[in-house]
Amino acid sequence: MSQIEPARKSVPPKPRSTTVLSGRTKKFGTAATRTAIPDPNGALYAARRKIQPQAVRGTFRTVKWAILAVTLGIYYLVPFLRWDRGPGEPSQAVLLDLDRGRFHFFAIELWPQDVTYVMGLLILAAFTLFLMNAVAGRVWCGYLCPQTVWTDLFLAVERLIEGDRRERLRLDAAPWSMEKVRLRTTKHAVWLLIAWWTGGAWVLYFADAPTLVGQLATLRAPTAAYVAILTLTATTYLLAGHMREQVCTYMCPWPRIQGSLTDEHSLNILYRVDRGEPRTSAKKTAVLRAAGQPAGGCVDCFACVTACPAGIDIREGLQMDCIQCGLCVDACDTVMGKLGRPAGLIGYDTEANVRCRAEGRPTSLRIVRPRTVVYGLLVAGVGGLMLQSLATRSLTGMSVLHDRNPLFVTLSDGTIRNGYTVRLINKRPVERHLSLSVEGLPDARVEVVGGTPDRLPVPSDATQEFRVLVFAPGGARLGPSLPVAFRITDPASGEGAVATDHFKAP
Amino acid sequence: MPQTTLPGEPDSGTSHTTGHEWDGISEYNNPLPRWWLYTLYATVIWSFGYWVAYPAWPLVSGYTAGVLGYSQRDSVLAEVDGVRAVRDARGQAQLASVPIAEIRADPALLRLALATGKAAFGDNCAGCHGGSATGRTGYPNLQDDDWLWGGTPEEIERTIRYGARSGHGEARIGDMPAFGRDGVLARAEIEAVASYVLSLSGKPGVPGASQEKGAEVFAGNCAACHGEGAKGNPEMGAPNLTDPIWLYGSSPQQVVTTVGNGRKGVMPAWEGRLDPATIKSLAVYVHGLGGGK
Repeated sequence: MSQIEPARKSVPPKPRSTTVLSGRTKKFGTAATRTAIPDPNGALYAARRKIQPQAVRGTFRTVKWAILAVTLGIYYLVPFLRWDRGPGEPSQAVLLDLDRGRFHFFAIELWPQDVTYVMGLLILAAFTLFLMNAVAGRVWCGYLCPQTVWTDLFLAVERLIEGDRRERLRLDAAPWSMEKVRLRTTKHAVWLLIAWWTGGAWVLYFADAPTLVGQLATLRAPTAAYVAILTLTATTYLLAGHMREQVCTYMCPWPRIQGSLTDEHSLNILYRVDRGEPRTSAKKTAVLRAAGQPAGGCVDCFACVTACPAGIDIREGLQMDCIQCGLCVDACDTVMGKLGRPAGLIGYDTEANVRCRAEGRPTSLRIVRPRTVVYGLLVAGVGGLMLQSLATRSLTGMSVLHDRNPLFVTLSDGTIRNGYTVRLINKRPVERHLSLSVEGLPDARVEVVGGTPDRLPVPSDATQEFRVLVFAPGGARLGPSLPVAFRITDPASGEGAVATDHFKAP
Repeated sequence: MPQTTLPGEPDSGTSHTTGHEWDGISEYNNPLPRWWLYTLYATVIWSFGYWVAYPAWPLVSGYTAGVLGYSQRDSVLAEVDGVRAVRDARGQAQLASVPIAEIRADPALLRLALATGKAAFGDNCAGCHGGSATGRTGYPNLQDDDWLWGGTPEEIERTIRYGARSGHGEARIGDMPAFGRDGVLARAEIEAVASYVLSLSGKPGVPGASQEKGAEVFAGNCAACHGEGAKGNPEMGAPNLTDPIWLYGSSPQQVVTTVGNGRKGVMPAWEGRLDPATIKSLAVYVHGLGGGK
C-alpha cells in the first residue's frame, strides 16, 4: 500500500481516526496552510494567526532552560575572556580583528590565508548536523538554534509580563486600555533591551571588549559598531519577538532538507499512535473499555497543541514546522500524570518502532546504521584533518618571486645578478630576526636592499617584503636557468622554511 | 495493517485547492504569508525612492544625477585625497628634510622612499629608462653597476635633480668630441682606437685595424678624459671602457660611430618638476635597484 495518496478529489473522505504511519514520507501540511483555511475568497496571501503557547514544566523544559542559560552565557561573556599574547598584541581570547586581518581563538591565530580552516569548520558543522539528524532528529532546531533560544527567552519575558496563554489571549482580544498599553509597552521595552544587548555583545567580538564598552558608553565608538548594534537589535527584536515560528517555517531552509536526512530509524519526537488511538475523553475511554471496545491513551486534551511554540499538532505526525523541542512531551506527560496514566504518549521514538508495535513485532533501536557510521566517519575525518593541519602548521613562511624584467643583470666585472622579491611571514606574536641563505649556487653572494641577509627583521604577526639580490660569478658553468633554494631560519627557535626558484643567466 | 493517509489531504469540507487539476492531481492553495507580501511592496516602494535619490537612469548623453548628488567618482577622489594627506603628514615631509643616509638606515622611511620612488619612476623615468630601469641603447641601464656620473645615492640624486646637459646651471656636463666629423682623427685612426678599446673589454675589434696604433691614438686623444687605463672618470661622465657594458653599443660599427660623431645624451633636470622628497625617493629607489655603489 502506497504511503502517499495523490490528492485525488475522487478519494473518499477518510475517518478522522485513521492512524498516520509515515516512514520517510513528509507531510505537506503546515501550520500556515492549516491556519489559513478556510478562505472563501481564495486569497493568495494569508494573514498570520498568532500563536500563544502555554507554559509547561518537565524534563525537556528544564533541559531547554539549562541550554538557554549556557549558550547565552557563552555568547554574552566570551568577549570578556582575556588571553595574554604579550605586549602590543590583543589580549582578548576570542577576537575577530578585521582591521588587521587576524582571527584569534585562544591559542590559535588565523590569517586571511587560513580561510581553509573556516571552510573546514563549515563542513564539520554540516556533517555534525547530518549526524545529529540521523540519530535524533532536529536536535539543533529544538535546543541549540539561536532562533529557538532567543524566541524562548522572548516568550519567557512575554509570559512574565502578560501572563500565560489564557491571559495573553484575553489581552489580545481586549480593547485598548491603560493596563493593556502598560503591559505592551513594558514587554516591547524589555524585548528591545534584550535585542540591544544582543547586538552590543556581537560587536564586542570584533574589538577589545572593555575598551569598546567604554567607547560605546561615552559615544566615541566607531560608526560601524553603532550600525552593527542597531542592525542586530532590529533583527533580534523582529525575529525573536515578532516572527518566531515563521522564521522556521518560511525563512529557514533547514526544515526543507529534513526529508533526506531523517529515516525511519531516526529518533524523533513522535506521537505514539499505536498507544494513543483511537483517542477520546477520559470518561468515554472507561465506558468504551468496559464495553470491550478499543480506546487509546490520548484524551484529546490539546495540551500538546497549546504548548507548541510552532502551533502544530504533533498527533498529525512528523511535520516540517516541528522543531522537535519536546515541550509537547512535557505537556502530555503532565496531563498523563494527573490522570494517573503512563507517561510517554509523546516522546523520542522511531517511525520504525511505531510501525513494529502496531504490527505486533518487537521494537529495536538502531543508532548504528550505515548512514550514521558514514556521517560519524566524515565528522571524525574532517575534524582529524583540521586538528592535524592546525598542529603541524608552520608559523614561519616565505614566498619568493623572481624579477620578471630583467631576468638577470650583467655587472661591470662580469658577475651575473638576479633580483627577487621575498616576502617573509611571521605568525608569532613577537618580532623576529630571520636569516636568509641561498642554496644550489656555488660562490653565490646574497644582498638585501635595506638590510643584511643574516638578520632580517619581521614585526610580530606580520609579513615583511624584501628585495633580495643574488650575485654569481659569470662563466660558462652558469646555464640559462639554475634551480636555487631560498632557506629562511630563525636562529632563536630553529624554525624555518624553504622556497625554490631559479637563477637566470645568459 | 491500519489504513494510512496524509493530514490535510483533500476531503470534504476542510481542504482547499486552487481548483487546478492535472491528471487527477489537484494543486493545494498554500498561501504566502501576508508579511511576505508587504515586504515585497516595501522593496518596490524603496526602489522608487532609490531612483530619485541616486544616479539611476541613463539618458542620451548622461544620466539622472539623483537628488542626493552622490557620485562614486567623487567619493573615490575624496578617499584618495584623504590617503594622500595622511601620507604627506606622516612621511613626505620627513623624506624631504632627512639626508639620504638616514632614510636608508630607517626601515620605515626606506620602505616609504622605495614605494614613492617606484611610483615616481614609473611616471617620470620609465619613458627613457624602461619600466624596469634596464634602459636601452643610449639610455643607461640603471640596474647594473656602471655609472657615468657616480653610483652613490647622493650622486644619483644630484644627477636626477640637475640632469645631464640639461641646460641647468648645475647640470652634469661631459663632452665626447666628434673626432671624425671635426676632422681630428682620420678614418683609419678611428677604427684603430675603436678596435683598441673594444679589446680592453674583451670584445672583438675592427678587422684589420692595428692595436698598437689604436693604443697610441688613445694615449694622445682619449686618456685625458677616460684615464690612462681607460677606466673612465665620473667627474666628466667619461665611461669606463674596460668593462663589458656599452651605453651606445659594443659592435665595432657602433663604437666607430661613437668615436667619429661624439655622444651628447641628455638627461632632463627634475628640480622644479618633482618635489625634493620625490627626487630623494627616486635616488633611493634607483640605488636600491641593485647596481648602486
